[in-house]
Amino acid sequence: MTAPEFFFFIFATITVLSAVMVISSRNPIHSVLFLILAFLNSSGLFLIAGAEFLALLLAIVYVGAVAVLFLFVVMMLNINFARLREGMAKSIPIGASVGAILLVELILVLGAYGFRDADHPVLIAQPIAESGPTNTHALGSILYTEYVYLFQGAGMILLVAMIGAIVLTLRQREGVKKQSVPEQIARRREKTVELVKIKPGQGMGGEV
Amino acid sequence: MLGNLLLIDIHTAFPEIYLALASMALLLYGVFRGDGKAEEVCRLAVILLLGGIYFVYQNQTQNALAFNGLFKLDGFSSYLKILCLSASILTLMISVNYLKLQNSLRFEFPVLVMLATLGMMMMVSANDLISVYIAVELQSLSLYVLAAIRRDTYKSTEAGLKYFILGALSSGMLLYGMSLVYGFSGTTNFDSLAVVFESGTLHIGIVVGLVFMIAALAFKISGAPFHMWTPDVYEGAPTPITAFFAVGPKVAAIGLFIRVMMDPFADLIGQWQQVIILISIASMVVGAFGAIAQTNIKRLLAYSSIGHMGYALIGLATGTEEGIRGIIIYMTLYLAMSIGAFAIIIAMRKSDRVVENISDLAGLSKSHPMMAMAMAIFMFSMAGIPPLAGFLGKLYVFLSAVEAGLYGLAVIGVLSSVVAAYYYIRIIKVMYFDESSEMIDRNRPGVLNTVIAGSSLFTVGFFLYPSPIIAAAGVAANSFFDIL
Repeated sequence: MTAPEFFFFIFATITVLSAVMVISSRNPIHSVLFLILAFLNSSGLFLIAGAEFLALLLAIVYVGAVAVLFLFVVMMLNINFARLREGMAKSIPIGASVGAILLVELILVLGAYGFRDADHPVLIAQPIAESGPTNTHALGSILYTEYVYLFQGAGMILLVAMIGAIVLTLRQREGVKKQSVPEQIARRREKTVELVKIKPGQGMGGEV
Repeated sequence: MLGNLLLIDIHTAFPEIYLALASMALLLYGVFRGDGKAEEVCRLAVILLLGGIYFVYQNQTQNALAFNGLFKLDGFSSYLKILCLSASILTLMISVNYLKLQNSLRFEFPVLVMLATLGMMMMVSANDLISVYIAVELQSLSLYVLAAIRRDTYKSTEAGLKYFILGALSSGMLLYGMSLVYGFSGTTNFDSLAVVFESGTLHIGIVVGLVFMIAALAFKISGAPFHMWTPDVYEGAPTPITAFFAVGPKVAAIGLFIRVMMDPFADLIGQWQQVIILISIASMVVGAFGAIAQTNIKRLLAYSSIGHMGYALIGLATGTEEGIRGIIIYMTLYLAMSIGAFAIIIAMRKSDRVVENISDLAGLSKSHPMMAMAMAIFMFSMAGIPPLAGFLGKLYVFLSAVEAGLYGLAVIGVLSSVVAAYYYIRIIKVMYFDESSEMIDRNRPGVLNTVIAGSSLFTVGFFLYPSPIIAAAGVAANSFFDIL
């Protein structure tokens, strides 16, 4: 067994096992943690397949952002999963039929049925040769030259998303006590401390 | 070498680059000055958008490609860009006062309008499936935020959420269709696609992808049966933003629709013509019958705009130069009529409350004779009564349909416009013959009066001197048929 094969089996086994654990564990937090494990191992699988860019993307986007988001949602919403499961018996027929459709589709795919036929050849982009530049290099070399227009356009979309998030959620709250350092430094003793002579037996003169 | 090429590209796409930079500069200005200066930011945005019109006008050349064929500059895109920019300017002009009175004028509003306009300009200039997607998303995302900008009111947030979810669905369909087209042709570039389809090889996968793309584009122009979101979003969004939805994005989406159908898929007209005819008929019928029962004037105008999109699509269904010219003229006139009608709705307020029921217009002819007359002009024009502008717009698309032999489509168009005339004339009846206890407020800002007067003069006077617009539309339509 070569080293890539060895790692492939390790990654693949852990991916499948943690995927099973995602749907079978009772605690939703555990499910999300297993999901992260599955993502990490599948990014290992991508590494073995030579798609290092995709592997890093999976690790950064799915593990770094999506899974953490899931974790937060699960922890903050405090969903009662036991109650969600109560209606299971009712939805079994729907679930079973969806499963059956997916099974048929899988059989069709594995049975090599395709849209492609000999009369109408289809143009398919050729994969990059083994000795060529790496994925990341190849993407980088066209992203900022050939596709700079789209890259900048995507940047504008992200800007709109950011403005939108701020417009729709940011609220100026009244009465929030914030620390203001300049104000603290600018305070003078004369302005803030007042010496009052209190005669014995009279107190503050009824002001308290 | 690369530097030189990039300079040429920048020159070709200069109006877009200018608008992107201007909107970012305006955003920074707004952030530093705060919401108190929002009115000033709006005014600056109008000036910057006027600058955009100037640059588009300066930049019009015969067909030029930029950024490796991702971006196309031609007469068609230049004409529609000027339309979109004018729509945004007019919207900003009529909305400042209204939003200020409702305490929802924020400096992000003009910035988002500018960014949406940028998306529209990129839409009509797209020459690649990926550019189409990026442009559509840029425009739609800005619109979702604008729809929900009154985030404290239930209706506005509902409108924004509804628009967002259904828009995401249509984006999904668009992407799915594009992926099929790409998978079966091997290219996303419009010119290469046109070459692939010229050879006559056609795969069923392409047709499926094309139908998905048509469905998504029909959603963007709110053509039936993909129109469900329109009345709710129009009703829920603040009125000036509804006015914006009704003009700019519609013009851009129709432009994109024409671009996608006539540029890469022009040789597949046998495949898409029947789909367009179906959407066109459905939109005209839904627009005519859906509006009859409405009591809210914004919902009524939503159905009216669905109907108008149906009429515009007649021109696309012909696939001829006359048809495309007809749509361009139609959209120009539609812009003027809609902005005018919405300006009147914005002016509708009773003792400083916003009212938007049709019955609130009662007695308008006595309290505001000029405003009632302008509204009557817009309604008659939308109904297609000669010699107003709306009649000429319909005339050109119906003529092109008859010339292309699509008699059935033209007949259905005429019949549905007869049905639609009922509810347009009902508004006039309410204004002139119904009595009202409460009058609409007199104090209107001057800019609103200017817009109402300008657009009604345009609507009335268009038939006297239509040649400049018709000639410009002819040049714009010609860019699809002028073989290089």
